[in-house]
Amino acid sequence: MIKQEKMAIVSQTEIAKNIFELTVTGTLVEEMNEPGQFVHVRVADSFEPLLRRPISVAKIDKEASSFTMIYRSEGRGTNLLSQKTERDTLDVLGPLGHGFPVDQAGEKAYLIGGGIGVPPLYELALQLNARGVETVHILGFESREAVFYEDKFRALGDTHIATVDGSHGTEGFVTHILNGLPHDFDTYYSCGPTPMLEAVQWAYPEKKGFLSYEQRMGCGIGACFACVCRTTKSETDYIKVCSDGPVFPAGVVIS
Amino acid sequence: MMDLSVKLPGLDLKNPIMPASGCFGFGQEYAKLYDLSKLGSIMIKATTAEMRLGNPTPRVAETSSGMLNAIGLQNPGLEKVVDEQLPWLEQFDVPIIANVAGSLAEDYVEVARTISRAPNVHALELNISCPNVKQGGITFGTDPKVAQELTRMVKDVSDVPVYVKLSPNVTDVVQLAKAVEEGGADGITMINTLLGMRLDPKTGRPVIANITGGLSGPAIKPVALRMVYEVRRHTDLPIIGMGGVAEVDDVIDFLSAGANAVAVGTANFVNPFVCPELIEKLPERLHELGYESVHELTGRSHRL
Repeated sequence: MIKQEKMAIVSQTEIAKNIFELTVTGTLVEEMNEPGQFVHVRVADSFEPLLRRPISVAKIDKEASSFTMIYRSEGRGTNLLSQKTERDTLDVLGPLGHGFPVDQAGEKAYLIGGGIGVPPLYELALQLNARGVETVHILGFESREAVFYEDKFRALGDTHIATVDGSHGTEGFVTHILNGLPHDFDTYYSCGPTPMLEAVQWAYPEKKGFLSYEQRMGCGIGACFACVCRTTKSETDYIKVCSDGPVFPAGVVIS
Repeated sequence: MMDLSVKLPGLDLKNPIMPASGCFGFGQEYAKLYDLSKLGSIMIKATTAEMRLGNPTPRVAETSSGMLNAIGLQNPGLEKVVDEQLPWLEQFDVPIIANVAGSLAEDYVEVARTISRAPNVHALELNISCPNVKQGGITFGTDPKVAQELTRMVKDVSDVPVYVKLSPNVTDVVQLAKAVEEGGADGITMINTLLGMRLDPKTGRPVIANITGGLSGPAIKPVALRMVYEVRRHTDLPIIGMGGVAEVDDVIDFLSAGANAVAVGTANFVNPFVCPELIEKLPERLHELGYESVHELTGRSHRL
């Protein structure tokens, strides 16, 4: 069930350049189950900036009734969000959308993420590991200073890092790493920029895959029709990223 | 006991608050959050004769205290709205205002005739003011003669009262209001969005794929309020006012300017519970201001 709640901020830390890890606590966490779902946060009590910001869920801690978001501070809204401290509360609407299906992973899964698409893969990796699924993580970043959660992913399975400028790990994109890896997995899950999702999809036409898409949103709940994508189903079919997704099986979305 | 009820042609409203068309879909999403029967009415998403896919993305962009949108009247088409959406909405005790759109006058007539016969549709809102479609929409809403004729044609076939939604993208909104009144309009809803644009400073390109979009949100409230005030000075037709309503004093302002009821648009995206919250806060605010009913306060700015 979707809830709106003023959640207490537990911690906020800059974990890489302009990348913030924000943990909040409240009853809304009881509703969170699927990795890959997102929340819609209001960054100011005023109407400036006006719209909520969609932010993915990186970790759910049911025992502590808390969850963690990781976001990049790059615009007015996320800058304001990055200034919030433990003394503040955060207006959160969520959980929203449909996440990654963990029950379809098989025995081994590739988790492929780019930039700010990496965070939801962490909760996914936690849940897959808890189910006994072997996870391999292939993560792409701009540069060394933008890399985060490398050790946390390593603790959960084989982890490969690519940076665009080559300052850490393999130089280039995640696809450069994928080219050198065996196809001995059952499922892939991916989140990141749309061109990356497309490339991943082309790389594994024979595999079962799940892709998490981004699109500019208005309401976040499916009412405003802002975040639509065309689908392969028919010429007259549209899906809404916020409520039908953001995660779709590979081969469904025409981006 | 505070009287929030409002009687308008075709509409027996429990309270004067309703979600604006285009910001509430057909209610399905918000019904998961609260009981839609709390609302005064629901202005459902624009319905066209045929299904519309709408505009390419990105369709929305944020602006200072507002947003631009160019959805492009995406909707499943008349048949599906009548067969699926409206029957589903019958479970709620709330009168529906059906927003009618089209490319040609005949399209409006076809949609109006059919949708006005749905049991829970109590009024039509004639959409001659959408700025985001190439055909129809605003092209009907900027020429008084065309607006008047279309109003008349729709009135002739409609089983329920017809409210005409006016555009702010005209030099003289009063002229349009008078024109649709002469065309037989039972009421006016105003305003639709203001045509605007936003550029990406890095590329110089428009942010919205449609290049321009309709500006809404708190940024446009002063314009909307002024227009409601001006139109109220020249007509006794009921007015449903909208444009930047987000807080209870925005409701008070629109009622004071002469609106009989108030629609909430973009604020639903900021706070999906905004409509029931406004309904809950309104009695206390009216009481604080020394009024016992919505009627007492309505149009007070003209009595000063």
